[in-house]
Amino acid sequence: MMRAWLTQHGIVFFYTLKRLVSTPATALLSIIVMGIALSLPTGVYVLMENLQAISGQTAGSPQISLFLKQDAQKEDIDRVQQRLQQDSQIVDYQFVSKDSALIQLQQSSGLTDIAANLTYNPLPHAFVVHTRENTSDSLEQWKLTMQSWPEIAHVQFDSAWVDRLNALLKLGRSAVLMLATLLSIAIVAIMFNTIRLQILTKRDEIEISKLIGATDSFIRRPFLYFGAIQGLCGGITAWFIIAWGIDALNGELIPLTQLYGLEIQLRHLSLQDSGSLLLFSAWLGWLGARISVANHLWQIEPE
Amino acid sequence: MGSNGQNPMITFKNVSKRYPDGHIALNNIELEVESGEMVFLTGHSGAGKSTLLKLIAAIERPTSGVIAISGQNIAQLKPAAIPYLRRKIGFIFQDHKLLFDRNVFENVLLPLQISDFDNNTAMSRVRAALDKVGLLKKEKVMPITLSGGERQRLCIARAIVHRPAILIADEPTGNLDIEYARDIMAMFKSFNQVGVTILIATHDASLLDGAQYRILSLKQGKLAA
Repeated sequence: MMRAWLTQHGIVFFYTLKRLVSTPATALLSIIVMGIALSLPTGVYVLMENLQAISGQTAGSPQISLFLKQDAQKEDIDRVQQRLQQDSQIVDYQFVSKDSALIQLQQSSGLTDIAANLTYNPLPHAFVVHTRENTSDSLEQWKLTMQSWPEIAHVQFDSAWVDRLNALLKLGRSAVLMLATLLSIAIVAIMFNTIRLQILTKRDEIEISKLIGATDSFIRRPFLYFGAIQGLCGGITAWFIIAWGIDALNGELIPLTQLYGLEIQLRHLSLQDSGSLLLFSAWLGWLGARISVANHLWQIEPE
Repeated sequence: MGSNGQNPMITFKNVSKRYPDGHIALNNIELEVESGEMVFLTGHSGAGKSTLLKLIAAIERPTSGVIAISGQNIAQLKPAAIPYLRRKIGFIFQDHKLLFDRNVFENVLLPLQISDFDNNTAMSRVRAALDKVGLLKKEKVMPITLSGGERQRLCIARAIVHRPAILIADEPTGNLDIEYARDIMAMFKSFNQVGVTILIATHDASLLDGAQYRILSLKQGKLAA
């Protein structure tokens, strides 16, 4: 029974392939349309993934300022320096003494007057630290740890850029999601119509099959296979469009990044993302076919 | 209960069929066909022969009454159960209903594909059915190239390939020469000899030589005694 069932599905699978190949122009056009529709949101997604990766790479080490207590002595400075040196999460650090900070302040335009009027140096010693961590959560953790050191008066880091980037990426993700939803609906609609036309041309076959005892699932099967296979082909097309697009952009990027002395290469879709794309496209095709079949098959009843 | 102590193969009790336009196709039909019986149904066109046959395969539903196939009431059958009823029946259609985009072999294979037969059994059964109707040598041929008589025989092969308990034929010799018609009647007789219950609707009185088979006569939706 199981073998017969498998054979049945095998027969339907090859029968569907044969049908796709028998109308190459129509099938190819539908597949290209689906491929383009799928490649748009997927392409934006890939670019965003790359943007996130690049930003993490270059601007990825946020700057943290550690302000020591006003009465900090040379030993205190040494102790902090030692801790920073031992921490593997710290990329580099820089000591800014209160004197050099005052000179910097005096040199800053607009603040010269204030600095000149100071009777004593109110600025503390400070360390400027770059860490590997770049998510706001882990930075928050960092802040708490350093704050607990006895020599430290205040820890400050500029999280704004991380938040800004995250907000931008979130916005981008919403845009991708919206685009993907709309185009998915379009793909389902395309498949709905394709299958509707097929059902019309297969009217005799459906009617005869019903007359000689075919169940609804038997009659549905070739249409569902058709939808899924065509969806899958659309997904494969989208994958190639994106791969080609990334290669083309990388070609443009190389001279540009060389000018700036950077090494930036756009990454292709990961194996997992590729798998998701193909599965999702096959599912979309199947869904369009399923809805179409549910809407049209019952209208064909033998007389 | 039939004479052999089992349920009759086909039972109609008080069956009426009225179409939405008000036309009464069948009026209070009472009918029993025993298992293994071969019965002819005659009457003018429009007398309700086709309707009666379609009721047996649940292609049409009765307006009232009970229809039982080997004891099972099919008048109230759920749509999902209809395919399994139709698999017990071989239907020979007046207009053949062949698939013209498939060859002779594939046309006959269809009922077996539908009921999930395994490949090897299906192949040998299709060949056996084609052999019985004399089309074995034409298995690769497309139906469009067949003559009227050959198409009729192809339709018969498709109706018997899954070895149904009941064979229903609607005007099986409709447009055929008397020679072909006799061939086809001989085939039905041979199927009946191996135990198939057969119901044949025909207006062709010339087929009804010999009185060994029961003849039911329909007139304006009623069975004449």
